[in-house]
Amino acid sequence: MPRPDIEGVAEQVFVALADPSRRAILAELATGGPATATDLADRLPITRQAIAKHLALLTVAGLVTAEPGERRRVRYRLNSAPIQVAQQFLAALARDWDTRLDALKDHLERRARGSA
Amino acid sequence: MPFPDRIERTVEIAHPPANVWAALTTAEGLSAWFGQEAAIDLRPGGSAWMKWDSGHTADMRVERVEEPRVFGFTWHIFGLPDDDPRRTYVEFTLEPTDAGTRLTVVESGFAQLPDGAYRTAYDGNTQGWASELGELVDYLDAAA
Repeated sequence: MPRPDIEGVAEQVFVALADPSRRAILAELATGGPATATDLADRLPITRQAIAKHLALLTVAGLVTAEPGERRRVRYRLNSAPIQVAQQFLAALARDWDTRLDALKDHLERRARGSA
Repeated sequence: MPFPDRIERTVEIAHPPANVWAALTTAEGLSAWFGQEAAIDLRPGGSAWMKWDSGHTADMRVERVEEPRVFGFTWHIFGLPDDDPRRTYVEFTLEPTDAGTRLTVVESGFAQLPDGAYRTAYDGNTQGWASELGELVDYLDAAA
């Protein structure tokens, strides 16, 4: 079985988020829920054609899922799983043990001075 | 792009291991430098928590207690949903030195993906997973 590539998943998320139009589409799906390409074109200052192109890329990246909507229009729904992979990447960057270990040293210094 | 799975730091501390151990493993110690409030049940499987003024809470599970050398716990990965089972493992190792203590902290597990996330996060591999899961179901059926 080919091993799922966690780095590849995270990279696709960061590539997707690097483009302001795709960020706007993802933000709209996050705040407003599933929407068709036409809905998104009405709400965002992006052409219908550009939205279709971005949605295709986001679908391949696994960030949105196409599903059947009303009147046989395709609706797009945000898929959070790849976002969570990117979140794990960011969580490692945000742990900040350097600051914490400095705080530990400061605490031990204060405590030693206090008891001396 | 390398995915950061493991964080490791070593620091030299000018205090004996017993002091460092107390700072790492008691509510009083943890609340003085790590959280703003803390509680800990210091035994493997025991629970611990820290709270901050921001309202953030960290729930931990104590895993290793080998006083005064090794203290390990697991906790939630920040930013993932509360019900997500993924946790990172944090282990502190204390070595006595002439000057005090050499403290090493290792936190690992950021790059883990449970089976459910593999299926949904990796769309390109859906087919592979579907057949793997089919085999699992067959295996379980045969074993039943």
